[in-house]
Amino acid sequence: MKLNWSDVTPKHLWLNRRNFIAGGAALAASPALALSGRPSPFSTSEKPNTLEEITNYNNFYEFGTGKTDPAKNAGAMTTDPWSVEIGGLVDRPGSYGVEDLAPDNALEERIYRLRCVEAWSMVIPWIGVPLASVLEKVGVQSGAKYVAFQTLLRPEEMSGQRFPSIRWPYVEGLRLDEAMHPLTILATGLYSDPLPNQNGAPIRLVVPWKYGFKSIKSIVRITLTDQQPPTSWNELQPSEYGFYANVNPNVSHPRWSQATERRIGAGLFGGREETLMFNGYADQVASLYSGMDLAQNY
Amino acid sequence: MARKINDMLRRLPVWAVWIAGLIPLALLIWDTLQGNLGVDPVAMLEHRLGRTAIYFLIGGLAVTPLLRLTGISLMKFRRALGLLCFTYAGLHVLAWISTDMGFLWAQMGRDILKRPYLLFGMLAFVMLVPLAITSNNLSIRRLGGLKWKRLHMLVYAAAPLAALHWIWVKKTLPLTPVAWMAVILALLLVRAVLKRSKSAGRKNPAKNTQVKSAT
Repeated sequence: MKLNWSDVTPKHLWLNRRNFIAGGAALAASPALALSGRPSPFSTSEKPNTLEEITNYNNFYEFGTGKTDPAKNAGAMTTDPWSVEIGGLVDRPGSYGVEDLAPDNALEERIYRLRCVEAWSMVIPWIGVPLASVLEKVGVQSGAKYVAFQTLLRPEEMSGQRFPSIRWPYVEGLRLDEAMHPLTILATGLYSDPLPNQNGAPIRLVVPWKYGFKSIKSIVRITLTDQQPPTSWNELQPSEYGFYANVNPNVSHPRWSQATERRIGAGLFGGREETLMFNGYADQVASLYSGMDLAQNY
Repeated sequence: MARKINDMLRRLPVWAVWIAGLIPLALLIWDTLQGNLGVDPVAMLEHRLGRTAIYFLIGGLAVTPLLRLTGISLMKFRRALGLLCFTYAGLHVLAWISTDMGFLWAQMGRDILKRPYLLFGMLAFVMLVPLAITSNNLSIRRLGGLKWKRLHMLVYAAAPLAALHWIWVKKTLPLTPVAWMAVILALLLVRAVLKRSKSAGRKNPAKNTQVKSAT
């Protein structure tokens, strides 16, 4: 069975329907409407934040700079129809649907830590596919060294884009080996639901060893190139946001010490915990940067 | 008009301003206990205290320009406004130390020196401390009016520093704190301009008496 995003009944409707059709029939129907992914050995055993926390505390400047602005304003974004243009140094360039890139039978659950450069953190149960699987599908040519990403530009639906707080559209990029790393995923779901708009619907990047801003949301374009692509935050303030943006407690941002972090949901007196190198993923990714001076290439 | 308002204000006791000024704190305590502070209560608590402190700082700063421009005198309430500002600023710093930084003293020390926004904020707060301590009649008498007045000019530096602290913590140029910075600078400008016209207005006896009655 192939579901389009338009076929997915909004949760509040099916919850109502469940109240209406009492009992077993509705329970049998609900798995088809939800998203599910195979558990992954890459998942952390730490306790995920609640859906309420994850969906009401977002940085998505296209909908405003406040943490609660995205939840308030992102509903205006149309996510169906949606297509991702994949081009540049690839064998099969073209326009791909979300279902083509992340088919239901390939979905995995990845429970990852997320570390924001503002020195707070969460644990988030994403559902998605490795970015490598998508790049293999389109055939990466041998000259490609970087992957560039671009977010939707639609100021009439994205109220924050009417202000030049950063340069629109939002762009990000990875080195090809970072993009091909098994930890790097394209997410289409959160818990057992399709991604809410404020979290980057319908498809977003997740790179768990880098600060959150590297994980670009609501992707419309992926370009393979041989040049290091520009990235939005780096363009705005290069001294504060490097191209790599690896979580590194030893390299402090001019405004936020990166030595410690505050876990969202820990309560008023939860205190701080120490930030781990590469957000705790050092065993898997440190080798990508061997020989590099991470204080220079931050 | 101004006289009517001043008559009304004269009947308003200072403790009423204190009560009104503590309402935001009562609401904040209520919201904290009810769990109404959103997903990140630590940041919300800290930010609401900081914002309220700046509003009272601006309120205190507006008293003299208001008097000179309109003749309406809130002079009687200025000490309360200043002390309310200090109360909220102190709680803001306390929230930062306890809930945000979790008493990591070494990291706090390094952070203050390294991060301009923390340095600006801390400087502003440190400047407010002697003002709060000397906000009583005994101190005015001990220091003498002129010395006391000079000391309290520190607020002209503390206010823009506090606003800069608010602006600088954001990742992009934020509208709200920039607007409040503009208000602070406008209030300081009005003060400077009116002071100059005061000395220039010596030749104009009518204007002079007006200013005199205002001070």
